[in-house]
Amino acid sequence: MLTTPVSTPIVQFEAVSKTYQIGLVTVPVLREVSFAIHAGEYVSIMGPSGCGKSTLLNLLGCLDRPSTGRYCLGGEDVSQLDDDALSTTRGTRLGFVFQSYNLIQQLTVVENIEVPLYYQGLPEHESRARSCRLAERVGLGHRLEHKPFELSGGQQQRVAIARALVNDPLIILADEPTGNLDSTSGAEILGLFDELHQQGKTLILVTHDPTVSRHARRTIRLHDGQVESDVRH
Amino acid sequence: MSATSSIAAGPASALPFTHLSRAVRLGFKNLSSHRLRSLLTVLGIVFGVCSVIAMLAIGEGASFEAQEQIKNLGSQNIILRSVKPPEEQKVSDKGSQSYVLEYGLTYPDLQRIQSTIPGVTVLVPERTLSEYVWNISRRVDCEIQATVPWYPAMRNQHVVRGRFFSDEEMAGSANVCVLGAEMVPVLFPLESPLGRDVRGGGDYYRVIGIMAPQGRRTAAEASGKGAAYRMFIPLETAKTRYGEILMKRRSGSFEAERIQLHEVTVKVAGPEQVLPVADAIKELMRHNHLKLDYEIIVPLEMLRQAERTKQIFNVVLGSIAAISLLVGGIGIMNIMLASVTERTREIGIRRALGARRRDIVTQFLVESVILSAAGGLLGVALGVTIPWLVTRFAEMRTIVTFWSPMVAFSISALVGIIFGIYPAFRAARMDPVEALRHE
Ligand SMILES: Nc1ncnc2c1ncn2[C@@H]1O[C@H](COP(=O)(O)OP(=O)(O)OP(=O)(O)O)[C@@H](O)[C@H]1O
Ligand SMILES: [Mg+2]
Repeated sequence: MLTTPVSTPIVQFEAVSKTYQIGLVTVPVLREVSFAIHAGEYVSIMGPSGCGKSTLLNLLGCLDRPSTGRYCLGGEDVSQLDDDALSTTRGTRLGFVFQSYNLIQQLTVVENIEVPLYYQGLPEHESRARSCRLAERVGLGHRLEHKPFELSGGQQQRVAIARALVNDPLIILADEPTGNLDSTSGAEILGLFDELHQQGKTLILVTHDPTVSRHARRTIRLHDGQVESDVRH
Repeated sequence: MSATSSIAAGPASALPFTHLSRAVRLGFKNLSSHRLRSLLTVLGIVFGVCSVIAMLAIGEGASFEAQEQIKNLGSQNIILRSVKPPEEQKVSDKGSQSYVLEYGLTYPDLQRIQSTIPGVTVLVPERTLSEYVWNISRRVDCEIQATVPWYPAMRNQHVVRGRFFSDEEMAGSANVCVLGAEMVPVLFPLESPLGRDVRGGGDYYRVIGIMAPQGRRTAAEASGKGAAYRMFIPLETAKTRYGEILMKRRSGSFEAERIQLHEVTVKVAGPEQVLPVADAIKELMRHNHLKLDYEIIVPLEMLRQAERTKQIFNVVLGSIAAISLLVGGIGIMNIMLASVTERTREIGIRRALGARRRDIVTQFLVESVILSAAGGLLGVALGVTIPWLVTRFAEMRTIVTFWSPMVAFSISALVGIIFGIYPAFRAARMDPVEALRHE
């Protein structure tokens, strides 16, 4: 209902820091990172290797908690939630697309797509119907009963995108989604993301490929755990 | 927590049962992708459960059979039996000369027991003679038992056709006999033996009845006499026909034994009197026999002994069961730990997609319970089949009690829970980020 940029942001980072303790040494990976992302934005996060992109994405995805600072997702502070609540948040509000697809090998295409719904306790027939619809939408309606190892990399990544969409999330998070793909399949995946953006989905993707980041409408550059630049284009 | 309640609107809790059934199906799917491994994992439980049920069934059968035999001897009976004393055995083994051995129970013993010990109601004396018994040209190597008319009632044996001999026939030393059912088809394959004569030694006996066959392993074997063919005649008749000396042919010599009675069964008035009367008889016999040429069997004591033996057997069996289920459980735990490590990535994916810790615990626990329950089921099936085969081919009695498969199965399922808990918690404790990064 609130889609104009002036509304409450969907993601709000307020001075978020993340440090890792290695033995006696405290390693700061993110330092007081602040930004806001509104519904319908298509954001790419760039930066040199080791600058903390994946760490940032893990925080955005509620897989990890910030060491200090505040993270509001959809207007709700999630930085202090317990493990169960974080799990439920991931299951209901977030969609993940990984570089290495991360499909479950012993499950078929539809079964993989419906995993998030399984943990929401949705009745089976309902979740099956929804998964089939999404498989159609990413162009895999004819591969429903195949196992991941029977699919090409591009097809596997499309299954992963369908899985990320199945719970109708607030944001879709992608970490180098085209990193393992050849340019043709990579372009297909980016085309799919463009389509999702046009339908009003909020996308955040991590990459160090400038051609990939050109698809996005906004680029946040990280350097050494800090926001170096934040530009819309 | 109030801020989070809208987010944490618990999913599965509304439909716990359907959720569990889906978890079970998922478990089967995961396990069936490693069929051989699952089967091998489960073997420990299978053999544990199977061997316990089978051994229990065989033990139960054997003990039932032993108790049955002892009951056949009569739990209110005390049995005295003539035994060749050990020192005489030595003499007769050495000597090539001929001896007349005199030993065993005597008529005066009988008299003394009857008249001096209170609580004794009936006495059944028996003499046993080995003899060929003929019907014209058919012959049977037979054990002739010379006894009293009330023998069948006292020893739980029945006459199936005709009758047992009467007091008058006993008193008149009549030449009558009752055949054991086993020898009837051999001596009289075509016609009914009732009213016909058989020859034993130099005398003819009229057949007046047929005794019921002895069970496969019954009193005869329990009392140490494996007589397949038996014939009963009155004790008085035997006295007049055979006297008291029995001749035995041995290599190069004759051996003669003088035995008055082979066996005496003493019946007492009530079960509580069995042990005191037995003690009194032991005392009496010790006074009157210089040699240990008799033995005293108290079936009630044997029954108690058998019960004790069974208890010990059950304790031993219980320990074996515990150990084998422990080993089986460790096998399951081992494979579940390996599986958790192997599927770290999957755990990470599931956690990222919304699985809570308890969902992961459920998933792995369900798998280990499926393993152990399947093992238990297989073990029960095998454990019930083996006693059946034993009964069928080894002709041993076995009893599968109703509760033994139940208990064995429940315990094996419990083993799955106990030994699945640690691996399941280990899986659930993993950090999602680390798990996702795992290769
Ligand atoms: N669990 C951890 N313990 C200690 N240090 C960590 C941990 N995770 C990440 N780091 C450190 O944090 C820094 C940032 O890591 P991160 O994975 O976010 O980099 P990245 O920007 O994603 O790099 P790349 O482009 O290579 O994927 C690295 O220096 C890394 O060593
Ligand atoms: Mg990275």
